[in-house]
Amino acid sequence: MSFATSPIWPPADPRDRGGPQQPLLMVRGLQKHFAIRNGVLGRVAAHVRAVDGVSFTVHKGETLGIVGESGCGKSTLARLLMRLIVPDAGEQIFDGDAVGVQGGISVKDLRRQAQMVFQDSSSSLNPRMPVQGSVAFGPMAFGMPKADATALARELLTKVGLNPALFGGRYPHELSGGQKQRVNIARALALKPRMVILDEAVSALDKSVEAQVLNLLQVLKRELSLTYVFISHDLGVVRWISDRVMVMYLGEVVEIGPADALYAAPKHPYTQALLASRPSMDPDRRREEAPVSGDPPNPVNPPPGCRFHTRCPHAERVCSARAPVLGDAAAGAHLAACHIQNPASGHSLAGRPVLPALH
Amino acid sequence: MTMSVPLVEVEDLSVNFVTRESDVRAVNGVNFTMMPGEVMCMLGESGSGKSVTMRALMRLLPPKRSVIRGRIRIAGQDVQAMGDAALRRMRGGTVSMIFQEPMTAFDPVVRVGDQIAEVVAQHRGVSRREGRRRALDLFELVRIPSPERRLDAYPHELSGGLRQRAMIALALSCEPKLLLADEPTTALDATVQIQVLILLRKLQQELGMSVIFVTHDLGVAAEIADRVAIMYAGRVVETGSVRDVLKAPLHPYTSGLLASTVHDQPRDRELETIPGAPPDMRNLPPGCSFAPRCPQAAGDCQLAVPPPVSPSPGRVARCLRVAGAQPLMEFA
Amino acid sequence: MSTTVSNAPPTGNAAMAAPRQRGYWGTVGYRLRYDPVTLFFGAVLLSVILAAVFASWIAPADPYQESIIRRLKGPGYMGHILGTDELGRDMLSRLLYGGRLTLLMGMVPVVIATLIGGGLGVVAGFAGGIVNTLIMRTMDVFYAFPSVLLAVAISGAMGGGVTNGMIALTLVFIPPLCRVAETATTQVRNLDFVDAARATGAPLRLVLWHHVLGNVLGPVLIYASSLISVGIILASGLSFLGLGVKPPEPDWGLMLNALRQAIYVNPLIAALPGIAIFITSVSLNMVSDGLRSAMDVRS
Repeated sequence: MSFATSPIWPPADPRDRGGPQQPLLMVRGLQKHFAIRNGVLGRVAAHVRAVDGVSFTVHKGETLGIVGESGCGKSTLARLLMRLIVPDAGEQIFDGDAVGVQGGISVKDLRRQAQMVFQDSSSSLNPRMPVQGSVAFGPMAFGMPKADATALARELLTKVGLNPALFGGRYPHELSGGQKQRVNIARALALKPRMVILDEAVSALDKSVEAQVLNLLQVLKRELSLTYVFISHDLGVVRWISDRVMVMYLGEVVEIGPADALYAAPKHPYTQALLASRPSMDPDRRREEAPVSGDPPNPVNPPPGCRFHTRCPHAERVCSARAPVLGDAAAGAHLAACHIQNPASGHSLAGRPVLPALH
Repeated sequence: MTMSVPLVEVEDLSVNFVTRESDVRAVNGVNFTMMPGEVMCMLGESGSGKSVTMRALMRLLPPKRSVIRGRIRIAGQDVQAMGDAALRRMRGGTVSMIFQEPMTAFDPVVRVGDQIAEVVAQHRGVSRREGRRRALDLFELVRIPSPERRLDAYPHELSGGLRQRAMIALALSCEPKLLLADEPTTALDATVQIQVLILLRKLQQELGMSVIFVTHDLGVAAEIADRVAIMYAGRVVETGSVRDVLKAPLHPYTSGLLASTVHDQPRDRELETIPGAPPDMRNLPPGCSFAPRCPQAAGDCQLAVPPPVSPSPGRVARCLRVAGAQPLMEFA
Repeated sequence: MSTTVSNAPPTGNAAMAAPRQRGYWGTVGYRLRYDPVTLFFGAVLLSVILAAVFASWIAPADPYQESIIRRLKGPGYMGHILGTDELGRDMLSRLLYGGRLTLLMGMVPVVIATLIGGGLGVVAGFAGGIVNTLIMRTMDVFYAFPSVLLAVAISGAMGGGVTNGMIALTLVFIPPLCRVAETATTQVRNLDFVDAARATGAPLRLVLWHHVLGNVLGPVLIYASSLISVGIILASGLSFLGLGVKPPEPDWGLMLNALRQAIYVNPLIAALPGIAIFITSVSLNMVSDGLRSAMDVRS
């Protein structure tokens, strides 16, 4: 069976406005800086540049994977996309309509069409609510009678592989991690969304359970014509589930492209380092040298120019002087924000089609 | 150091956590021996008993609530029989431990250098000044850049990777023969995890110490282990050299785990999974714990816990379906 | 595709597997029914309240009937089951009647303060930012005064009487309850399930009602119940200063003060109002503790 290769879009969804060619989500220059205050007066001491000018497009029926390390802004981005956090700048266009502006769609309407699955943790479900209540909450909030909402919740629990007679009345602490994550997925589906944002949705699960949940996600995507934004730090999982992949570093997009192309021939040294940092799975081919040294810098004061230049093996003067640009992400293009990719940048390796291997 | 004397011998270790309502059988008869200089990975999912086994080695389990049976010998000494003084000498002397979260190992309001210097001074009976000099050596050993400056930092001022290195330095301060590592790289970023793994491997070779490394990540085991012990429901279901176990697993659980780990599988095909969930540790099935999820299970699997069998030297599995196996009298 | 196969219940786990379709409050009630300690103290508390409410039917004598010759007699003296007070009035009757004003003075301010203070705290905790600063800094101003002094000052300024005493106590209790509610709300607000509820697009009041309040109620309730006994004591202090209940109205706090002198003559009689306060506040604390653990469905 094939569910990841050809994009499938809603065949006759009345909510579909722009048709299959209209991207479901377009983000332009999204930015969120968190102020760090200190002292009695709450003076702003610095800004965490969590998301700093991020632009991308999600097409109907595809899965966009977002990878990056801690502090790269991927979780903040997920919350920005749901408007759980208000962005400082930038625009978000959902199926042709700008979100939260005059003449566009309201945040409330956005949330009916886009939902989010949180990481499994002790706090992802209300500890004082039976799980079917958590699933039924959304529809009830939109006026569905309690009996209908409960029936819907039980139907959704069945869909995600939980017997509602057995699990519906249980509390979150009575469920295993995998079961809770199925409930989290059912909750996200309760409002019949078109897009689901999955923020580290399988990261806390054991490997054997992770594979079950990933398969479930693919089945649901096909059956319900969903579009996914899949955020994870696990490169293997992102590759398996995504059609296109976006790599973030310190609040910026450093590379975006089709999954296979990006994994086979990364264009940004950071992507290359991330891929080379994966354990080999083969004891006979162990990594002898770490691809890059040090930790990702603090997003409070990101380095000037290219933010990766402090750890990049190919860094030159131009890298700390000027920030490279990603370029306009036309549909499906493979782009990297690196001076090496720009023949006019003045970097000594500029224009080389393939990055030199790391170590 | 003679290579023939085992450093760690664990015989029939079992740990029960007893509360008013339930009796959780966290570890159920674990056997293994470790030679000096060996790196063993205990691989298993959450609740498989890998961390509990490790804590039993250090006698770190709450004495009131846990019932420990079996025999643990480290460097020839019976851990269960140790008094408080002997126990203190073992912890941080013969055996050291590092954790997933380094912040728990350090006092947040004392400079890391002072903390390491104090541990060295106490254990070795040397002056604080000498302890400080030794701390600097240790920071150089774990490749912390600009070590002198970092000694004066408070724990929260160090990045995640540096904190982990500092904790390794603290653990190495008394030259342990055995290092117990409980998921020390799990919370780290990918580019940092590989640095710490490579560091641990180099340190292990330089210092010749033994390492027991608890992880749930097959890739981490492939990077660092000589030998792996796969744990499931409180039992070691398979042991062998990392090469053998990862390339030709004997136990169906190991094969399932390998198949379901997402690693460059074709994207248009669904992932192989192990159906179901691990058993309830309060109520283990009488036979093989994996039988309810096992594709090869038959009626005889549910009768009794399968005995360890060894189809080839150095490899042991607890499964009735392993072909050509000789039953073992003793689980080596 | 076998994604639904994987949920066979863990073997031998019949208790967990039993289908159970109870709402949250149904579960709390179910758990309370199997908690003998809480049930016992609940019964005690209920009898105290019922005894106060129906005092005029139960009381064996007129609580205001004085007698010069029967002062400070021990229990059982001439049909006075619990003896007589310093003016020869029937102690049992006065305790029964006294419960009315005492419970009123102790509970009404706490209930009102819980509603106002708790409400403000939840708003401050959930809204954050400038709203939080405004509310909490205002509370801090009240916090700066010792509670007794504040109660005395307020009811002194407004003039004595039961109603003014209760208003004073309410004002005293609002800041601490507000702070407890604010802390609990701030903790809950940042949890993922609250974000998930907001992400459904549900109106704020529904998110607060279904997801925040249930998790804030526990700590607020337990704290409020401990304040009732404080309220009883403070009310008696006000009465003693002539700012709350006025003699000869029976009130436990007032009785305790009046019988102070009698401690050398008949210590048992002098202790009776104190014992009544003690039993009531212990029962209150036990009941709220039981309620809190029943509400914590995780345990």
